[in-house]
Amino acid sequence: MTDTLINIRDMHFNRGERVIFDGIDMAIPRKGITAIMGPSGTGKTTLLKLIGGQLFPDSGSIEVDGQNVHQLKTAQLYALRKRMGMLFQSGALLTDLSVFDNVAYPLREHTKLNQSMIRQLVLLKLHAVGLRGAADLMPAELSGGMARRVAMARAIALDPMMIMYDEPFTGQDPISMGVLVKLIRELNDVLDICSIVVSHDVRETLSIADYVYVISDGKVIGQGHPDELKASTSEWIKQFVDGEADGPVPFHYPAEAVVEDLVTGNGKRR
Amino acid sequence: MLLDYIQSLGRQALSALQRLGRGNLFLLQTIPAMRGMLFRPGLLIRQMFSVGVQTLLIIVVAGLFVGMVIALQSYYALVDFGAEDSVSVMVVLSLFRELSPVVTALLFAGRAGSALTAEIGLMKATEQLSGMEMMAVNPIERVIAPRFLAGFISLPLLTAIFSAVGVVGAYLVAVELLGLDAGAFWSQAKAKVDLYHDLFNGMIKSAVFGFVVVWIAVFEGYDCVPTSDGLGRATTRTVVHSSLAVLGLDFVLTALMFGDD
Repeated sequence: MTDTLINIRDMHFNRGERVIFDGIDMAIPRKGITAIMGPSGTGKTTLLKLIGGQLFPDSGSIEVDGQNVHQLKTAQLYALRKRMGMLFQSGALLTDLSVFDNVAYPLREHTKLNQSMIRQLVLLKLHAVGLRGAADLMPAELSGGMARRVAMARAIALDPMMIMYDEPFTGQDPISMGVLVKLIRELNDVLDICSIVVSHDVRETLSIADYVYVISDGKVIGQGHPDELKASTSEWIKQFVDGEADGPVPFHYPAEAVVEDLVTGNGKRR
Repeated sequence: MLLDYIQSLGRQALSALQRLGRGNLFLLQTIPAMRGMLFRPGLLIRQMFSVGVQTLLIIVVAGLFVGMVIALQSYYALVDFGAEDSVSVMVVLSLFRELSPVVTALLFAGRAGSALTAEIGLMKATEQLSGMEMMAVNPIERVIAPRFLAGFISLPLLTAIFSAVGVVGAYLVAVELLGLDAGAFWSQAKAKVDLYHDLFNGMIKSAVFGFVVVWIAVFEGYDCVPTSDGLGRATTRTVVHSSLAVLGLDFVLTALMFGDD
């Protein structure tokens, strides 16, 4: 058994005319938290969908646990997905089921456990995310942070070998942000699995990640331990880590010169 | 300018063809996925409730009024010829052959079809379908197929109820209000209406409509652009396309079934 769980080799992916990934190589270890960072719109979520086999790369390969995800038959892919947990940005809870039934859902679909066993397991998983008391609520009654925690409980229901977190910190208040940061770290350490966190929240992500990939414009432009990134000399990574408004990524969207557009009125626009 | 116009025409035609193709592929995926319900009838029953039972009220009310109106209109038309005893024949034939299947399908498209599209589209927009896929659960099997089958079974049943209530409505107007003879009302209808030719053909129509309406409804939901704008468009398209499909198919089916009368 190698130490690499997910191996991405020279992967290209286009959406229409737009190049999303232009030959990406990544090796994500079997244990620990790997963060994938980059500005909005660089296809971080797309990357998770590619790993989960929901999208197909145009070329290159993605191997998860030694299996090429995109050459698997549907049944094999589904067997592999049972060992992957994924936390969607919105939580993606089934809105017509209670919190309890949402967490029980994968267990009921994929195991033949009896009701009392399922109850025990679900309450344990909910307890792990601190929401055992919310078991009877409906998803509509949860705050965004709680919904994500329920989705976490659901993602670990089948004891997966990895969990993928899609933008787990977006739009959270400081307290629930803190809760989520702590939970991701704790779940990873207690379950001893592979966690992949896709995010652009630099501070939170760097505080828990063991290894970081930074992608931009379809390429990996930086990687390493969080401390290495913080010490990076690359202008781009500095701008990203420090959150500066102007730098290699310009503040202004490409446009004609101000003089042309505003003063002389010779610009192309009306 | 002209070139732009031709280009956009071509683009629209291509996108329409692509949608048609996707719709057919979607159907090919959905039909085998219905096997799953053999082991989990609960999925189907729950959907039959929300698709079928919850459409019942509008069907009953509409059926009653349609029956009453045709009875009234045909009475006024027939009484001049002293043929008012044939009111029941007029009502029953028009209900069984045309009005019940068509009106029920139109109401069904508006009430249940749009709800199906909105529900599935919202599930897509909130990543619930994606989430199921990532939990190794096939959403076509768990979400689409039960709704498809439930709609397909419900519409003929609703049509039958529409017809029955319509006849009762006609009876109320013709016999209770206008004072026609109850015996004549029933015996005329019984003598002139053929079980196979009229009732059975009407039910075949209804089954065809059910298939098409529910296919359009679930496909539009599954294929919608997952934004509020896309969802709104998809719901509108469900009602418009399925209503047009019902009316168009009704003409074709009528020509095939009753053309040699």
